[in-house]
Amino acid sequence: MKNPYLPLPMKLVKNFTETEDKLIHTFTLQYLSEEDEKSFSYMPGQFAEVCVFGKGEAPFGIASSPTEPGFLKFSVAKVGVVSTALHLMEEGTIVGVRGPLGNYYPVEEFKGKNVVIIGGGFAFTTLRSLATYMLHPDRRGDYGDITVIYGARNPGLLLYKEELAAWEKSPDINLITTIDRAVDGWTGRVGFIPAVTEEVAPSSDNAYAIICGPPVMIKFTMPVLEKLGFPPERIIMSLENRMKCGIGMCGRCNVGGKYVCKDGPVFTRAQLNELPNEY
Amino acid sequence: MIVSKKEIPSFLDKLISDYQVFAPVQKGSYTLFKQICSGTDAVLDGGITKLPVKEIFFPQSEKLFSYNVTNEGAKLEAPVDDRKKVVFGVRPCDARSLTLLDNVFNNDKYQDPYYLTRRNNTILVGIGCNSPASTCFCTSVNGGPFDTKGLDLLLVDTGDAYVVEPVSDKGKELAEKAGFAAASDADKAAAAKVKEEAVVSCRVNTDGLKAKLDVNFYDPIWDRIHEKCLGCGACTYLCPTCHCFDIVDDAVDCNGCRVRNWDSCAFPLFTLHGSGHNPRSTNKERYRNRIMHKFKYFVDNFNEIACVGCGRCIKNCPVNMDIRVVLEDIRGSEARLDS
Repeated sequence: MKNPYLPLPMKLVKNFTETEDKLIHTFTLQYLSEEDEKSFSYMPGQFAEVCVFGKGEAPFGIASSPTEPGFLKFSVAKVGVVSTALHLMEEGTIVGVRGPLGNYYPVEEFKGKNVVIIGGGFAFTTLRSLATYMLHPDRRGDYGDITVIYGARNPGLLLYKEELAAWEKSPDINLITTIDRAVDGWTGRVGFIPAVTEEVAPSSDNAYAIICGPPVMIKFTMPVLEKLGFPPERIIMSLENRMKCGIGMCGRCNVGGKYVCKDGPVFTRAQLNELPNEY
Repeated sequence: MIVSKKEIPSFLDKLISDYQVFAPVQKGSYTLFKQICSGTDAVLDGGITKLPVKEIFFPQSEKLFSYNVTNEGAKLEAPVDDRKKVVFGVRPCDARSLTLLDNVFNNDKYQDPYYLTRRNNTILVGIGCNSPASTCFCTSVNGGPFDTKGLDLLLVDTGDAYVVEPVSDKGKELAEKAGFAAASDADKAAAAKVKEEAVVSCRVNTDGLKAKLDVNFYDPIWDRIHEKCLGCGACTYLCPTCHCFDIVDDAVDCNGCRVRNWDSCAFPLFTLHGSGHNPRSTNKERYRNRIMHKFKYFVDNFNEIACVGCGRCIKNCPVNMDIRVVLEDIRGSEARLDS
């Protein structure tokens, strides 16, 4: 019987301050052996329990893509005991990773479809994984147009600036970035995600929308997507709830009868419409 | 088969040499399941134990693994308890609760090795309930005072002796090895009579309850129904089917262990996000979740009600919340606590 509580030890090789406010760090973790890497086979949208030995573990979406071998990436906000310990951690330290956990974005269903990715703030981690996965030269041909609408309060709070710069230039992806209020030197759009989504007006024909962000952004973007004609079955969301076990046993992350950890975190709008709003 | 009550201590002593044996023992005014060293320690006529039998399989606090971590790597050790056990004197409601918990710890995707290894290595010997308590309502939730679900052997108390009824092959083997005498027709008739006379007088009508819960998540009834509840969580700790737990580290620097402890959906911290957001922020949501989990979500997921009618939550609630009244209230009918 495989023990689902045992973490895989990994080495923290990079502790990178991702945002200007220093509240988000991106951690690059390296496998200790090839067997370890083989044992951790994941898909975009899945998460893992990352543990700081001596402090505890916490669930984070995997920000790297399975098309990037050799390491895992997590972008983590400093809010609690485990995330604070991670932020303070020296490179070279061993941490534990338990997973991959949960389901993933339905990338098979996306084949032959246009994909619109909408992200806000630091809820862009598994969206980065998804975009990177679909943009891989071996896979790019599987999908139609890929549009990314990504916003943050100000330019300094956008994650993954290197990738954004590369996507900006790439013909394979249509990137729209936006910030809440204009600042000098900003060349992207200005405005909240719902309004910008309405301006950009991505077509819902043969398309899926994947949306992650703060609840208020989701709340106001949802009617825009509906207006654009996205049916609830083709609006994909990823939920977060407090978790411990990650395997559907400890009882806290349920939304109705579904566990975010085991039955999610990825749900369609249609599935969520059937569940109570306890998230 | 039949065994006289006088023979039970020596039977248990024999078991103790081959198994870890757990039985109800007296602790002050109540009984608890404990590992026993002597057959005479077992108290078999004390009704249901204060705490349910789940703690033998899913302890209140349990080490998942220990670790020793350096910059070179991590040494993890996960001892899984695979000692052979006999749990003697389990009541049918408690035995049934384990079959419900099996769904959780052996779900569609993951297996919990700690719980399942103990389950697979344990023989459950039950004792039927000749005189169910006033708080018992097992027959309202698909159980019964002589229900055999989850048991390996059932003992029926006929006065001076127990009539032994094998349920599983494991139980049959244990009984045969013990060399119990064959039960006479008169013994069997006495057992049948005891079963017939054991009456669970309280009947909670659960007809239509699930259908109601399917549609009443936003019903104003939830604003009212939780009001008396203090959110102390006692019911969740005493409930044989509650399985929520927390996972924490107990360590000095990088040497220590990861531990799981029982937790409770009655507590606000249970669902509190790091951001400060809480999807079940008030007692109303938490009480609703507890009822929904047992009588709707569990039914949706596993086709069974996650309540065995043991009545512990009724007996021990500091403000006399009575789940039977709550369920009747939800169904929209008057509570009927007597037949």
